[in-house]
Amino acid sequence: MKGEPRGSRMLGRHRGVVLSTASTVVFFGLIVLFVARAPGTPLIRQRFFDWAHLKDAFPSVASGFLLNIRIMFTAEAMILVLALLLAIVRSLPGPVFFPFRLVTIAYVDLFRGIPLILVLFLIGFGVPALSLPGISGYDVVTYGIVSLVLVYSAYVAEVYRAGIDSVHESQTAAARSLGLSRWKALRFVVLPQAIRRVVPPLLNDFIGLQKDTALVSVIGPIEAARQAENYGSQTFNFAGYVVAAFLFVVMTIPLARFVDYLLARGRRRRQAGGVR
Amino acid sequence: MSVGTENAVAIRLEGVHKSFGRLAVLRGIDLDVARHEVICLIGASGSGKSTMLRCINLLERIDAGRIEVDGEEITSEYVNANRVRRHVGIVFQAFNLFPHMTVLRNITLAPREVLGVRREAADAAARQLLERFGLESKETEYPDRLSGGQQQRVAIVRALAMNPDIMLLDEVTSALDPELVAEVLNVIRSLAEAGMTMVIATHEMGFARDIADRVCFLDAGVILEQGPPGAIFTAPQHERTSQFLQRIIEAGRL
Ligand SMILES: Nc1ncnc2c1ncn2[C@@H]1O[C@H](COP(=O)(O)OP(=O)(O)O)[C@@H](O)[C@H]1O
Ligand SMILES: [Mg+2]
Repeated sequence: MKGEPRGSRMLGRHRGVVLSTASTVVFFGLIVLFVARAPGTPLIRQRFFDWAHLKDAFPSVASGFLLNIRIMFTAEAMILVLALLLAIVRSLPGPVFFPFRLVTIAYVDLFRGIPLILVLFLIGFGVPALSLPGISGYDVVTYGIVSLVLVYSAYVAEVYRAGIDSVHESQTAAARSLGLSRWKALRFVVLPQAIRRVVPPLLNDFIGLQKDTALVSVIGPIEAARQAENYGSQTFNFAGYVVAAFLFVVMTIPLARFVDYLLARGRRRRQAGGVR
Repeated sequence: MSVGTENAVAIRLEGVHKSFGRLAVLRGIDLDVARHEVICLIGASGSGKSTMLRCINLLERIDAGRIEVDGEEITSEYVNANRVRRHVGIVFQAFNLFPHMTVLRNITLAPREVLGVRREAADAAARQLLERFGLESKETEYPDRLSGGQQQRVAIVRALAMNPDIMLLDEVTSALDPELVAEVLNVIRSLAEAGMTMVIATHEMGFARDIADRVCFLDAGVILEQGPPGAIFTAPQHERTSQFLQRIIEAGRL
């Protein structure tokens, strides 16, 4: 690298840009050509991508999507807290906490094992049917959020736990040797490092949650997917689904790129020898 | 620790046993450390030096025997380990600084969270210590931006910030490049001059000879031989001691 004249490296970089541009144009050009000549294309365009239908479906689907966003943020806030509690309880040492650890392990096994759609049915239909005062009187959106929180907390608790386990025990020893209690060592020394390390996988679970808010519609809430379905059944056109899909993708892309950025930054840090 | 009574014996170990599974590491350690005394623990790698220091700091639970600090038995069931640790500082071979905190926060965490010192007071005390050990320009740095020698000096300052009566130092220079060893040893020397009671596990025999009031040779889980450095290093009584010192000399460390 060092002996190479500067000019040729510059040239090399330009050549890379030219080559990748050319290859991209040819690649996608061929696909477009192929698709345009395929027999089903006009029908697909009319059923899925008709501009008038897309515009027509957009307002109702978008208003449904606001409900997805509300569900998502409410659920995510509760998941982050509940999962952290589960992870902390599971990491408590000693025989006294054995039953507590057992409960969290059972919880995680249970809710990671049951498909979300079954949890939705059990909570969304089952709990109101009990007619119990205090828990049976809520609206379907709440039951949807509760179901998401139950299932996702199990996953996220495991993510947190991996983070806690990844902080070397010498950090706890150092904190305890200074007189910090077990709880303060966890709070000031272990958790901040653990959480920093698991932000990328946490955000990945967040992306999964965004999409799964659509499943909540099976117990009744009129969110984006259900609005799209309504549009479809009224017009026999799928443009509503395309609009909904588009909105979900637009929501997840920034998060996905942010995860990429964090992972790349973590990699750079590790290579630089830093652990911060 | 008991208020007002200056006990002449700072640390007392009596028949201390510690095993990890079937590996008996400490097999009956007896040792009295006087107030202001500096003890150097020497012994082969794996002889139990770290384990002994960790037992005194209650980071390990002993299997048998007892340990007293300032006349109080700290190894009894009912003693609050957090309270004991406020008086006994320990510094580790691998520094173990908190990587997500600045130097200043590393130092003030325990005074603020354990002793309840107010932030301004804790910061001021930390700055004073940093200055005393030539680290005044580093308070806003994160540990990974410091050299090994600087990190270890910060770790010592962090322990000192709790105002301990006793300092336990576990091979604090073993992870350092040779040119960084001296700056850390000088810090320890200044602590000794200030009268700090210290138990120092070390492979730096020249340093031990300089600084120790007493040298203890740990072998096979017991203190096989102890005495003033002059005696241990020039006229060891036990075959095992002279073998160990011979190996050290061959490694060029005496
Ligand atoms: N937490 C532990 N679990 C199991 N074995 C341990 C543990 N800590 C230390 N040991 C073992 O105890 C022995 C003494 O270790 P240590 O006290 O670190 O020796 P030294 O500090 O003198 O090198 C070694 O054989 C080591 O492997
Ligand atoms: Mg050791």
